[in-house]
Amino acid sequence: MTPIAEPRPQHWPEAKPACCKPHPFVDVDRLSLHYGEKSAFQDVTLSISRGCITALVGPSGCGKTSFLTCLNRLTDLIPTCVVAGRITIDKLDVLAPQTDVIQLRRRIGMIFQKPNPFPLSIRRNLEFPLREHGMRDRTQLSSAIETSLREVGLWDEVKDRLDFPALALSGGQQQRLCIARSLALAPEMLLMDEPCSALDPISSGVVEDLIVSLRGRYTILIVTHNLAQARRIADYAALFWVQNGIGRLIETGRAKQLFEEPRNPLTTAYISGIRG
Amino acid sequence: MVEVATQQPNTREWLAFVLVWGSAVLVTATFCWLLGDIIWHGLSHLSWIFLTAPPENAGRRGGIGPILVSTFLILGVCLAVSLPIGIGTAVLLVEFTSDHSLFGRLTRRSLDVLAGVPSIVFGLFGNAFFCKTLGLGFSILSGGLTLACMVLPILIRSTEEGFRAVPSNYRLSAAALGLSRTTTLFHLLLPAAVPGLLVGLVLGVGRAIAETAALIFTSGYVDRMPESLLDSGRALSIHIFDLSMNVSGGDANAYASALVLIILLLIINGTVSWLATYGLHRKIVTV
Repeated sequence: MTPIAEPRPQHWPEAKPACCKPHPFVDVDRLSLHYGEKSAFQDVTLSISRGCITALVGPSGCGKTSFLTCLNRLTDLIPTCVVAGRITIDKLDVLAPQTDVIQLRRRIGMIFQKPNPFPLSIRRNLEFPLREHGMRDRTQLSSAIETSLREVGLWDEVKDRLDFPALALSGGQQQRLCIARSLALAPEMLLMDEPCSALDPISSGVVEDLIVSLRGRYTILIVTHNLAQARRIADYAALFWVQNGIGRLIETGRAKQLFEEPRNPLTTAYISGIRG
Repeated sequence: MVEVATQQPNTREWLAFVLVWGSAVLVTATFCWLLGDIIWHGLSHLSWIFLTAPPENAGRRGGIGPILVSTFLILGVCLAVSLPIGIGTAVLLVEFTSDHSLFGRLTRRSLDVLAGVPSIVFGLFGNAFFCKTLGLGFSILSGGLTLACMVLPILIRSTEEGFRAVPSNYRLSAAALGLSRTTTLFHLLLPAAVPGLLVGLVLGVGRAIAETAALIFTSGYVDRMPESLLDSGRALSIHIFDLSMNVSGGDANAYASALVLIILLLIINGTVSWLATYGLHRKIVTV
């Protein structure tokens, strides 16, 4: 049992054994991010447990997506972006300059809000990243493609038209293809940036079920605006809030605890729909 | 009151109709007249022999065989030099230079100025630099290189637009999959930027193949069959210019040569747009 009277509570006592024991996979320590002069978020300290689904919730513009992109160093692509603090993923110092970003991004997949398959065939969408990461053998490639498409439940829908353009698929199928594309690289963690918000309710439900089915095998960090969804699928939750124009992490803990017995009055207001 | 309200738009619409259709008809009619005139006067002289035989009697008789060869050689040199440099510069400008950097702004501004420089100036520059300074003399090589300088700004700018038209989420999702920048460039961005590149190519080739002023001073006037790239060679457009301006009685062959030039342009345009729709379909598949 961890004492509750911590300044910024991180690990709450385990109430149920639902998702394994909290076994930290990612440790974020006093992380801040600036775009030029503007601060996106400050002083975020968070621990993410292996094999669990952690939901990041909060109002728009509080730095959730920016936080996500720090973990796979997609922030490197933005010239004015400065990240301070420390991120450790499975003993790997993510922000260290000598870290192999390509390997890091293979280990940590990312799913974007809008499905973004490449304008290639379905097969090439999956094959192309695999080839880049060194898989050349034809049979190995096609079995990896089949496995990952089966994992996202897309195989039966597309097995006869693998050479058709991926952009001809429906939005939900495209999103599942993107998840399959990440899974094909055998990642350990998936970052998901509102993966369901651009989809119709039915596709959204299919993708949500898929995410739940990945629990345990992958560590999942999901940004969502849909509190009901966070409540349904998350094991842990973290609430970001904007204070003085800067994003901050104001509460984190088991999802059940955060949604049912929030400690911060802002959390109470947000989840009951009064604020945010 | 009601009548005014219904009448006014009608008059306006009628006016707009006349303006829009009038200008469209005017443009098309001009082109058809020009084309019709050339076909009318030129078609009867066009034959296989005309296309292959050397010119005789300063071009009054004979054909345009060596001139076609020179034209293709000049165009070949021009493309061989300008395509790699053009694509390279566009990639550098879009993918590796920030939009606001001094280098990027300076390069873009220079290109825009260069694109508007009259071709005679390029001709004089080519003569001074390629023919004299580099000692290439009046040659197909000098002509091709001068044309490359002339075509580059158009090629770079439209290729750049092609790259900018590629949605930025391709870059993000490629990076998130751990693909290197070079891989992303060659496998995703370049194929997706091809339409822009092709537009630049059509504009550039069109400008190059029809160029006269820049070539008079660089590739020269000689209508013999060129033996190497260092030989002087007469381009098709110069031949037309010479026949219609300097050679009395050369009009018939000038018309036929002009017809050949226009057919060439149409073939190049057709091939490029065919390439854009079908040829590259295997590489990039959109809906």
